[in-house]
Amino acid sequence: MAGLVPIAETAGTAADSGADWLTGWRSGPADGSDAAPDWLGAVRADAADRFAAHGLPDRRVEDWRYTSLAHLTGLELDWAPAPADVAKESLPALVFGREADCRLVLVNGQVRPALSSVPALPGGTVLTSLAGALASGHPGVADLLKRRVAATGGALKALNDSWLEDGYVLIVPDGVTVDMPIEILSVGTGGALPPAYQPRNLIVAGAGSRVTVVEHHVGLCIGGYFANLVTDVAAGAEAIVRHCKVQDESREAIHIALLDAALDRGAMFDSFCFTLGGRISRNELRVSLDAPGAHCRLNGAYLAGGRQHCDHTTSVDHAAPETHSDQLYKGVLDGRARAVFQGKVTVRQDAQKVEGHQMSRALLLSETAEVNTKPELFIHADDVQCSHGATAGDLDAEALFYLRSRGVPEGQARQLLVEAFLNEAIDAVALAGMRLPLERNVARWMAERPRS
Amino acid sequence: MLEIENLHAAVDGRAILNGLTLAVAPGEVHAVMGPNGSGKSTLSYVLSGRDGYEVTAGRVRFRGEDLLALDPEERAAAGLFLAFQYPVEIPGVTNMTFLKHAVNGLKVQRGEEELDAMQFLKLVRQKAKALGMSDDMLKRAVNVGFSGGEKKRNEILQMAVLEPAFAVLDETDSGLDIDALKIVADGVNALRGPERSMLVITHYQRLLDYIVPDRVHVLAGGRIAQSGGKELATRLESEGYAAFVEKAAA
Ligand SMILES: Nc1ncnc2c1ncn2[C@@H]1O[C@H](COP(=O)(O)OP(=O)(O)OP(=O)(O)O)[C@@H](O)[C@H]1O
Ligand SMILES: [Mg+2]
Repeated sequence: MAGLVPIAETAGTAADSGADWLTGWRSGPADGSDAAPDWLGAVRADAADRFAAHGLPDRRVEDWRYTSLAHLTGLELDWAPAPADVAKESLPALVFGREADCRLVLVNGQVRPALSSVPALPGGTVLTSLAGALASGHPGVADLLKRRVAATGGALKALNDSWLEDGYVLIVPDGVTVDMPIEILSVGTGGALPPAYQPRNLIVAGAGSRVTVVEHHVGLCIGGYFANLVTDVAAGAEAIVRHCKVQDESREAIHIALLDAALDRGAMFDSFCFTLGGRISRNELRVSLDAPGAHCRLNGAYLAGGRQHCDHTTSVDHAAPETHSDQLYKGVLDGRARAVFQGKVTVRQDAQKVEGHQMSRALLLSETAEVNTKPELFIHADDVQCSHGATAGDLDAEALFYLRSRGVPEGQARQLLVEAFLNEAIDAVALAGMRLPLERNVARWMAERPRS
Repeated sequence: MLEIENLHAAVDGRAILNGLTLAVAPGEVHAVMGPNGSGKSTLSYVLSGRDGYEVTAGRVRFRGEDLLALDPEERAAAGLFLAFQYPVEIPGVTNMTFLKHAVNGLKVQRGEEELDAMQFLKLVRQKAKALGMSDDMLKRAVNVGFSGGEKKRNEILQMAVLEPAFAVLDETDSGLDIDALKIVADGVNALRGPERSMLVITHYQRLLDYIVPDRVHVLAGGRIAQSGGKELATRLESEGYAAFVEKAAA
């Protein structure tokens, strides 16, 4: 793609100021001050070296070509924020559930049992903190972590690996169905310096299990913070894992998330990401379809205004025959907002009878908004059906006039059309009862969106 | 009710209407006929305020107001309705949602109380039933996947629900089968009253057998070339427009 040429100034900044910017980043749990097992210390130190060798990615790194982290390097961060005072009453309502449902709350990346309400879950399902699981030496957790840490994944994953302290852990045993959605509320809140936090989350779904995780990310402060999240998902044979994420961070937040999922035979991973907040955000999904019959659906909807930058990056690896992937990302951009969609689909040799489809659609409400789309297909098998497409445009003028001619005021008509545009992606959310809360968010955004 | 005086309008810089004058009194139904491309739809769009249809001269008064100064939604609130020749598809917006926003959009603009969900549902069901439209069609996205005839019927449903004081029907009869034509005509006639007027654009005398007009006008060369009673439509049916086209070109 003859897209953006890396900006020299930006490219230089990240690397040059790296040393200053990182002051203090190793003084966290890598000191061994927590109760972590020995193997973890080695893992952290190794990851720290990896990160130090590369520094933050600049736009010369292909994966980061359209998303600059220069803004991040200009911030002085608190790498080991003290536990913030957060009252239970100040937390937002559950996204989809009712009072009685299950919610685990993290504040600045640390699980806060006192703010959470986790009922007994069916069939020995465990929902806990990574810190707790590490301290108690949970074997499944250690094994998965060791494997995942060994895998490369770029500088920000190395940064997260170097921290490995807390996050949420969900383990669903074989054959167990968890009906109620499990909500994870991640709260970011600032102190004198913007905090940096790097939770590591794990979802292990046993063979034939079913579970729905709803991640809700919010900011309880006006200022910024830096969240660098990694979530590892392992779905056993025939497991169905639904992951719905509502990213509504504070306006100044930087939210960088990587979710890495590996799917066994016949497993299904259904992801929906709804992006509203953050100054700079990136939601990266890597899905490995490791055995026949595995399939994934990756959908996203985003609303960005002002100077927001939101990036959705996906990479699907069809490593086995008869695997399917489907992706639909739809977004609305206003002001000087910028969106990025990068979708990579790889079909390995001998991975026959594969289907991979991908579509990105953006609605541009202003002339200064911009979207960069980069589809990449690497196909090494011959019996495959793959497609990709991208559109970017304005609201349909005819539809707008039709509505107005019927008496619908212009602002309301626009809102209706924006909602209709996003509904296609929101409709894909399989869980009953999810549509309405998401649509409410659209309505709120249309009313409050920052214009410039 | 509606007075159009010496209206000139252009699309993309090209003059389409050239001094059109027409007045419709309360309670009257006027038919407008004319060859393809003569500007009938252009007139309907100019009246409803579509972007890109530039009025270069003339004026339009609607119920005493300067119609051309109003936004499309304000024209609707003033009582104007256009049944589109080509109804627009809106993926992702159901017919119900569309109607609800329209009904309440008008109410709010008029300073009236909005309908609650129950009242609205009752109103729409009743009107839909009279037009032989199923609940399923109400739940579908506006005009998406509708047949040509279903789209036209949907326009009439909107008109029946919104009860405008003045309706412009732009070739609502095209694409309708004989039974549907009868149903639509009944729907239109049900709305007729001493305070309601209509401008019915059509190519066919047949519709005018059902919706009997007070006046018939021939639009040619961007202006009204001839006006007459109902018998004018019958004459056009046998003689065609040749005489008017020549006259307009001369
Ligand atoms: N958006 C446009 N751009 C350019 N020309 C246009 C546009 N809209 C209308 N015209 C032209 O204006 C003229 C009048 O068109 P209009 O649709 O009003 O005709 P009509 O009388 O409704 O015809 P029909 O009987 O076929 O529906 C035509 O020559 C048409 O090509
Ligand atoms: Mg026409």
